[in-house]
Order: sequence, then C-alpha cells, then structure tokens
Amino acid sequence: MSTKTILIADDSAAMRAMLVAVVESLGEDFQIVEASSGFEALRLLPREHVDLIMTDINMPDINGLELISYLRNNPNYKTIPVFIISTEGSAKDVEKGKLLGADEYVVKPFSPASLQQLISQYLNKA
Amino acid sequence: MSEQNITHTKAVQDFLAEAEEIVEQLGTELADLADMAESGELNPDVLNSIFRGAHSLKGLAGMFSFSGVADLAHNMENLLDWLRLGKLNLTPKLMTVLFESHELLSSLIRLLASGDESSLDREIAACVTRINACLAPPDKQSAVSPLEALGLPAHIQGALTEYEEHRLNDNLAKGRTLFNIHTSFDLTTFDTELSSVTEILKKCGEVISTLPSVGGNLETNIDFEILFGSKLPFEELRAAVERDSVSVTQLGSGMVLTAPQASSSTPVPETEVPVSKAPEKPQPVSEPVAPMPQVPDDSILSAKSMSRTVRVDIGKLDELMNIVGELVLANSTIAGVTAKMRNEGFSRMAVELGKAAKGLERKLSDLQKGVMEIRMIPIGQLYEKMSRIVRKISREQGKRVELKFFGADTELDKLIVEDISDPMMHIIRNAIDHGIEPRDVRVANGKDEKGTIRISSYQKGNHVVIEIEDDGGGIDVDKVKKKALQKGLVTDISSVSDRDAIDFIFLPGFSTNETVSEVSGRGVGMDVVKNNITAISGMVDIETRKGEGSRFVITLPITLAIIKALVISCSGRTYALPITSVLETLLMTNKDIMTVERKEVVQLRETTLPLLRLESYFDIRSSDEAPDEFYVVVVGVAEKRLGIAVDDLLCQQDIVIKPLGESFKRFRGVSGAADLGDQRTILVLDIGGIINETMRSGS
Repeated sequence: MSTKTILIADDSAAMRAMLVAVVESLGEDFQIVEASSGFEALRLLPREHVDLIMTDINMPDINGLELISYLRNNPNYKTIPVFIISTEGSAKDVEKGKLLGADEYVVKPFSPASLQQLISQYLNKA
Repeated sequence: MSEQNITHTKAVQDFLAEAEEIVEQLGTELADLADMAESGELNPDVLNSIFRGAHSLKGLAGMFSFSGVADLAHNMENLLDWLRLGKLNLTPKLMTVLFESHELLSSLIRLLASGDESSLDREIAACVTRINACLAPPDKQSAVSPLEALGLPAHIQGALTEYEEHRLNDNLAKGRTLFNIHTSFDLTTFDTELSSVTEILKKCGEVISTLPSVGGNLETNIDFEILFGSKLPFEELRAAVERDSVSVTQLGSGMVLTAPQASSSTPVPETEVPVSKAPEKPQPVSEPVAPMPQVPDDSILSAKSMSRTVRVDIGKLDELMNIVGELVLANSTIAGVTAKMRNEGFSRMAVELGKAAKGLERKLSDLQKGVMEIRMIPIGQLYEKMSRIVRKISREQGKRVELKFFGADTELDKLIVEDISDPMMHIIRNAIDHGIEPRDVRVANGKDEKGTIRISSYQKGNHVVIEIEDDGGGIDVDKVKKKALQKGLVTDISSVSDRDAIDFIFLPGFSTNETVSEVSGRGVGMDVVKNNITAISGMVDIETRKGEGSRFVITLPITLAIIKALVISCSGRTYALPITSVLETLLMTNKDIMTVERKEVVQLRETTLPLLRLESYFDIRSSDEAPDEFYVVVVGVAEKRLGIAVDDLLCQQDIVIKPLGESFKRFRGVSGAADLGDQRTILVLDIGGIINETMRSGS
C-alpha cells in the first residue's frame, strides 16, 4: 500500500539505467518511473503519485531548474522532495537550484551508497 | 549490499551504445560548425548542442568510471562552455583542436567497445594540454549586465541557467527585442501544442528559455513562459503567434510583468509599449524578416521527433536470419520427403504435400526478403563520416579536395556497410595522399587547384557497385613494374601488361612510396583492403590513366545472408557456387577444349572462354579415368568471364553462408561454408577471387 514512487528524469538512457540500479539495490519495494525529458516528467506527474524526484539539470526541452520552479509553484507538487543529480556545472546553476527549492544536490560521479542513504532518509520518514 | 555488487552489464552496454551515438553526432555537428565558422554565421544552437554532447559524455563516463573518456570530455566541455558563453572566439586553430579531441574520443570509445585494454593516456594528456592552451583568461567582464536594465520578473530570471543568461545578453547585444510569450495548454497535449508555437518562433528569432508555470487551472492546464528574442516588430509577432491560449508581451524598460494571473484564458495585460526601447536597437523594418508562417487552425504540428524507428542490435537480426535459414532447410527436407513418397507410389499424397510445401516456400521467401530488408541500410550513412575524414586529411596535406557523392540511397546489408567502411576510407586516403597532386603541380598541368573525388554507388543486378574516382595523377604503371621487378615478383617486365601490373598493388608489402606517409603508411596496405573486400565476397578493380586519375571499382553482393547456390561435384567432392555469379551451364566434351598460348579455352558462341579445371585449381585430381563429358559452369563478375570445368551439376539450393572462422586462415578460392541440411556442410567458392587469380597472366 505504501509503495513509494520515485521519478527519475534524465535524458541519458544509460544514466537512468544506472540510477534505477542504485534504487533497486536498496532492496525496498520502490516503484520507479522514468522520464527522458522535462516534458515527459511533466506529463507523468499528474498520473503517478510521486514521492521523490531525481532530476538532471541539462535536459533538452526544459532544464532541471525550470522543472523545479514549476514544482515549487504548484501546490500539488510543492512538497515532493527533489534531488538534483547533475555534473557540477556552473556554481551559479547549483545555487539557483538550491534557491528554487531543491532538497539535495548530488554531484556526478557520486557513490551509490551516499545516494542510497539520501533516498532512505527522505522516503523512510514515518 | 556493497557497491561492487551493483553490476550494470546492461547499463554498460547502454553506455557504450549511447557514447557512440553522442560521438557520432558530435562529429557531424563539429563539421557543421566548421562550415559556419568559414561563413561567419555561428548558430548558437549548434554550439550549445556540441557543448551538451560533451557534457553528457563526461557525466556518463564519470559514472561508469571510464576516467580517460571522462577526463577528455571534461576538458572539451570546458572549452566548449567558454565558446558558447562568448568568452572565446572560434578560430581555425580552435577548430583543429576540437577535431583532434573528437578523433581521440572516437578512438577511445572504439577501444572500450572492443574490449581492448590498451591505454591512450599519453595521447589524452597531450590533447588536454592543447585544449587548455586555448583557454586564455576571459576579457573584461561586462560591467553592468543589460539584463538588469531589462527588469525581468524575478521568477523568470531565477530559473535561467548561466547559459540562458548569456543567450539573453547576446540577444540584447545584437539589438533584438525580447518578448515573453505566455501559453496555457491542456496537460495531456501540451508538448505538441507547445512545439507548434516554438516552431513558428524559431523561424523568426531565438527561443531563449521555456519556463513551465502554474496558471489558474492547474489541475487541467500547464502554462509556459517563453523568453524570445527577435528583430520582428511587436505587432507582426503578435499576428503570427497569438491565438486563444497564447499571448505576447514585449519586454523593455518601463515594463512590469506580473506573475500569471488566476484565469489563464485571459492574456497577461499588455501595456502601451513604445516600439523600440532596447539598447542600440536598429530599425526593425530594415532587417530582412522570414516570411510569416500562418498558424493552422487545428495545430497538430508535431515537431517532436516521434521516431518511427526502432534500434535493433545486429546480433538479433543475425539470429533471425539463422532461424529463417533453418526454416528454409527444413522446407527442403519436406521437398525431399515428397519426392520419396512419389517414388514409393503415394503419388496423390505427394502432390498434396508438394502443394503445401510450395505454399510454404513462397511465404518463407517473403519472410526472407522481409528480414533481409531490415538489415539493409543506405550507404549514405558512410558518406558523412567520409566527409569529415577527407576534410581532416586534406587540411593536413595542404591540398584542397572536394568530395562528390552519388547514390547515397543505395542500400546494402548493414554488416557489409560496416565491413566496407575501412577499405573505402583507405582507398580515399590513398587518393588524397598519392593520387591528388599538390596544388602547384595541378595548376602547372592546367588542372583546377582543387582536386575532386567522386564516390558513386549504384545497384547492378544482384550486386552493388561502389566507384571511387579521383582526378589526380593516376597510378604510375612503370614505377609499379619496376618495383615488382625489384621485389622479384616478376622476372621479365616486358611480359607484364599494364592491366596486370596494376594488380601488383594488391600484393602484400607493396608500396611504391619511398617515405611512408603518416596517413597511408600506417601499416595497412592495399592487400589488406583487398582481403577485406574479398572476405565479404566482393571484388575490387582499378582503372587508371596517367595524368588524369584513377578509379577504384568495388563490386559487392547486396547481402551475405541467404543465397541460392548451385551445388556441383568435382573429383568426388561437392562445392557450392552462388547463383548470382553463374551465367550459364554447358555440357562439353574433351574435343571442345582448345589451347591458346598454353591456356585451355572453349568456344562459347562468338567468344573464347578461358577454362579452369576445378580439380587442378584445388589439386584434387581423382585417380579414376576422367570421363569424356563434363560440365562447364560459366561464371562472371563485372566484365570478366570464366568457365569452370566440373564433373557434375547436382542441384540448386538455398544456403546460408557462414565465414570459416579465425583459426582457418583465408583459403584461396573459398569464401565460406554452408549448411546443406541433414548434417552436411559444404564449402562455398569465392568466384571473384578465382576469376581474378586465373585471369592474371603469369601468376
């Protein structure tokens, strides 16, 4: 009943596969939904009840920052925790991400263990 | 669960496939960039796309711990970031560094894909040094960003990445007006509807950013605020784009945009806007404007690249082909049983079974064709790669070379296209290196200083022909003959005709160049080229005219998979000949053989046909008395004809040719083996090779 759903948004299929593997090896019963672009994420959101979003910044149609801005302005989604999983691009973009309301900023390459820890931390709150 | 246990074999495969695609696309875009640099009109989207490619590759490679690739990609990304942010100018030297880095990247990925452990660390380090040498400190930072003077609403500015800010500033610097186009679409269809708007916008300006926002009906709709820069006057833009759920506002001094209001169907209030207020903006009217596209009423303009193609691993296609091959064999067995039934007197049942088998055969043939078509790809895919390499080599050589392509649509089996790529590249390199003369020599000889290489592909019957023609100096036949004499390949030059002399080029270790050039002399000789072509049952011929140029003609089978073969027997052994090379079969007697210049020939209507006894070719003479009657199979590839004498013609059959394998070095005269069904295997003759070998005089 309380299976948590994680939305992974990244335009790289390999990256998504990697993230999926990291989530799955946590061993918990998470449902994973994948989006290959910001638009796809926007389409999926109304349909799935998402508990955590992991997004890249550089995506083709709308970038991760714009996605977060939308999420935080929409009462339906503003409380969903958001992790930005991105390469350390410009420091300015990182800052904006935090300002816009991202909960965590994970820099690639990251250790799977630390990401898993963050996931557990945000999703296993009672 | 320890980190090491997270094995991602599928992910690694995905990574490699994706990395190859990224690198491939990078190559094409770099070529476009080079063209643009020459004409002076840099398209920011292309530059940005190249940057994003390097960026993605860096992230991916880092995740999978391929540090060489990640390192190189990271440095390329830096360089490209500076370029796209306007901190660097695109100079020819920079282009060269970019091309070199891309080449190295390609090699790295190729190595990884083939499981080669060799290290290119030194090359990577050298390349990184060259990249960093291009990064000079940035010029003075612009004092006040015109961005601030704009008064962009905070919610839009807050979500702009650094790159988007740069694009914004660039648009302002170029004197474009900035607009905010507000749209509100249904949640289920927003992407196509948004695309239809952005498509129109892109034709008359630059879309800087697209911000999704929350409007009044957030349960059913999603809003977007599109930041757009253009030289169009406000009214024209409105006319082009504004409609029911789309509204346009101009941004400029004095404008205050409020956040989207409650009702999304009313456009954001427009205030009276003076036509031009952006800094140093020239008259909009004087700027040539793209013709106004009309907004269609039911805009189902989907610019989304909803690809109708599926990516398939070639291994799966091979499997499919194998299964079809076996189905074909199984069907032949049924035919055999039908024959037996008829012999045992079950003629009525035999007829019924025969009919059913025929029906099955027809369907199988369709299936075969279908699967073969899936494997076919247009040869044009190679052409792009070649343009890049030609550009690079001609730059290195200081020669100007133009590539002309014809027949890009000609289709070939994917594996053949892959296998022909290297030989073609090598022939082209040779053409540039040795064929095309240096500029001054060409001009002195009354030629255009720019050399031309023509590549044409076309279908000819069951074969595809690829011609690579250059207008260079041609092959110096005398030099070739002398070299052959020197190498002891021939004792008497005068006995060698010009035609045969050219074939010497295909012998191992043959290079008439004193200095092994860096490009052609990398240990790959024409003999390897020829072997590669023969390995896929192809043939290569050269025509050359001194002072005028050379033409390489490669003849290839359209597909290697299932082919019809003629099964013959000779001295008790059976062999298969691809039907596509068989022109006709004749029954002859010993009286028909004549001898001309110590070679056996037979008369075939008006022509004299050289005769080859298969038993002597393979040295399998049987001890029995040779019968007086024998069959001659007339074979031909391109213009050459040969009659092969065999003992008996057994049957015609569909077979699937398989290569012989690594442990068997290439047997002369044999191009592979095939399964005949009921456990029998048969060798398949390499007709092209046999013809060439036999027709060469004094071999």
